[in-house]
Amino acid sequence: MDRRDSLKSMFLGSLGTGLLLTGCDPNLGEKEVEIAKAAEDYFGRTPEELELIEKLQSEQFFREHEMDTLNVLCALILPANEEYGSATDAGVPDFLEFIVKDMPYLQTPIRGGLMWLDHTSNLEYNTEFKSASEENQKAILDTIAFPDPEKPSWEQPVQVQFFSLMRNLTMTGYYTSEMGIKDLDYKGNQPNIWDGVPEEVLQKHGVSYDPEWIAKCVDQSQRGVTAEWDDDGNLIT
Amino acid sequence: MYDVIIVGSGAGGGMATKVLADAGLKVAVVEAGPHFDPADPKQRTQLKWPYESPRRGASNRRPFGDFDSAYGGWEIEGEPYTQKDGTQFDWFRSRMLGGRTNHWGRISLRFGERDFKHKSYDGHGDDWPISYEDVKPYYDKVDKLIGVFGTKENIENEPDGFFLPPPKPRLHELFYIKGARKSNIPVIPSRMSMLTKKLNDDRGICFYCGQCSRACAVYADFSAGTCLIFPAQKSGGQVDLFVNAMVREVTTNDEGKATGVSYISKDDRKEYKLKGRIVVLAASACSSARILLNSKSEQHPNGLGNSSDMVGRYLHDSTGASRSAFIPDLMNRDTYNEDGVGGMHVYTPWWGDNKKLNFPRGYHIEVWGGLGMPSYGFGFNPNDLNRFFNQKVGGYGNSLRSDIKKYYGSTIGMAGRGESIAMKGNYCEIDPTTVDEFGIPVLRFNYKWSEYEVNQAKHMNDTFEEIVHNMGGTMLQDAPSKESNYGLENPGRIIHEVGTTRMGSDPKTSVVNEFQQLHDVDNVFIVDAGPFVSQADKNPTWTILALSWRASDYIIEQLKQQNI
Repeated sequence: MDRRDSLKSMFLGSLGTGLLLTGCDPNLGEKEVEIAKAAEDYFGRTPEELELIEKLQSEQFFREHEMDTLNVLCALILPANEEYGSATDAGVPDFLEFIVKDMPYLQTPIRGGLMWLDHTSNLEYNTEFKSASEENQKAILDTIAFPDPEKPSWEQPVQVQFFSLMRNLTMTGYYTSEMGIKDLDYKGNQPNIWDGVPEEVLQKHGVSYDPEWIAKCVDQSQRGVTAEWDDDGNLIT
Repeated sequence: MYDVIIVGSGAGGGMATKVLADAGLKVAVVEAGPHFDPADPKQRTQLKWPYESPRRGASNRRPFGDFDSAYGGWEIEGEPYTQKDGTQFDWFRSRMLGGRTNHWGRISLRFGERDFKHKSYDGHGDDWPISYEDVKPYYDKVDKLIGVFGTKENIENEPDGFFLPPPKPRLHELFYIKGARKSNIPVIPSRMSMLTKKLNDDRGICFYCGQCSRACAVYADFSAGTCLIFPAQKSGGQVDLFVNAMVREVTTNDEGKATGVSYISKDDRKEYKLKGRIVVLAASACSSARILLNSKSEQHPNGLGNSSDMVGRYLHDSTGASRSAFIPDLMNRDTYNEDGVGGMHVYTPWWGDNKKLNFPRGYHIEVWGGLGMPSYGFGFNPNDLNRFFNQKVGGYGNSLRSDIKKYYGSTIGMAGRGESIAMKGNYCEIDPTTVDEFGIPVLRFNYKWSEYEVNQAKHMNDTFEEIVHNMGGTMLQDAPSKESNYGLENPGRIIHEVGTTRMGSDPKTSVVNEFQQLHDVDNVFIVDAGPFVSQADKNPTWTILALSWRASDYIIEQLKQQNI
């Protein structure tokens, strides 16, 4: 099947999607709904990009002990709550393993930072960070988790910079995971009809729509009607 | 033997392909990158989730992030360019069918009456040899063929068009409207090329995923492949696509007329020739200039069309500066789907009187914000904003979760995009010491901003601060200093580079005539933004499209009259 044909089949091959349409806006066309379910394993990579990803995935940067430490550390930074799992449950350590290979400048700060954790824990508690009690782990983190607000980030002590980096990567890894997006309650990335901010939200934030402005906006019940204009450019459909 | 060989498949090349193929001409389109169709499941990035990318959409590989549809960027392996005398010009290239139209912002503004005659108005730069009235019929046709939403506002130098209805503003946009209007800064609905309403049977209607930069699989936004080249093929046009074909030069005969092009196939690294009666260059302002300059022959020792020595000169990009701000009234938001169209639903067209300001040309303001989809970088510095409430910044644990939710959607950003003055001393030229991996000599850039652009950037920053103050917000960064040119971006950064083959009626001071035909060679045309005499405070794409259509009509007419 060539591209044009596959396109055609994607648009036309949606006859069996009546069930899918249930609950969707009746003004949404079938093909708009259909593309949402066409997501496959790939995400639009060129062959060269795919090759790079495969190469990076075939390599292993973190050693077993480092991965174990990351599993502990990520779950301390963002632990589970009643509803959602921890950053470690959401797969953040695996994301870290990939991202340090993709952004090699992260490797030494993270590897060195993990060594700092072990060194400090050995010194204070006579055991590696991952084996220390949660109380002792937190006692170590408490010394590096709060940057001096008077100083720019690059002037903070190295262990503080390390923790800020780990917090950033852990948080971004979590909120870009399936679990994190649910937790955030992000509701987009799907076909829908935008028809303005919900009234209760407008009220909550103390704003309202200008009727004159809104009168010019799209009437979503007419979106499927082909546009026509008069000679002066006034839309007449 | 082709009637027309078109080099490049972006806005200009796409439009020429459509118009010339629809007229029954046999057309070859030569594109440096691969075929691209956003509906192809293998190429599609639309509606993908951040976790489908192992780098979570980070921008370390594709410059606008992993899901952006542009194949290319400011740096392309094997395709260098060089700088002269401390120049920092950033050259963005998108190697793919449809070129940069696949990922662009779809802001589709007409140039106004004054934009074509700005020298007469303020003495700077040059007037175009044509006026708004010459282009208006083509803007009208582009509106109807491609579709653009907007509203009739009857604002001076911001011509109205045949608009589809715009989407309603988002929450942060309502705050922006309020803040701007308090300072008498106008805000109107955006003018962008997404279909908010059905236009024809070939194109889908926008389903508001906010991802136009990923290119639309139902063709509800404009890109040159989906809206021009595919339809030209579909309606039976004789269009041969040559992809992965890097054009080296335009070939000429003993009389100095163009005979076709030579290109290097990226697939087998061999050189090929195509023969055509007419060559249309649409490779982008800088790439077309490069091809001309590399097309040296006995008849054209200074490069094709370059007897004036003007090819490459008057290179200019839009100016750009941006800031972001925290708006406490936008904290603690209820979530709902406000993806909307890709980009802003409202914007500010230029409102100032330059005769009272220390810079001669205007800018427009783009605005962003809202409950966007997380991508790499989301969650960095999760509670930095605590500093505005004298609360602790940093820490760990479940409190970070509530910090994230508290601040989600409470920041906005503004970007100014302005007009710079085209200057002869800003140019690209061939660097005789460097070749790309295809053995083609590369471009070297020479570019300096003038005080006008720097003053304009300062005005942008002052304006942003005033609007944010009116919104009850706080800027997230300190005001940029004079030493940093008030945050003025490097030239090339806004990706509106134009002017390298400018049009004019005098062959001594311009490269093409008003129909974008080389003064020196009557069977070579340029339909990208190279012929722009000046880049207005608008985005160039709609004008590229209108002018390409106009030039294509002229080609058809000249062929009929057997003048070429």
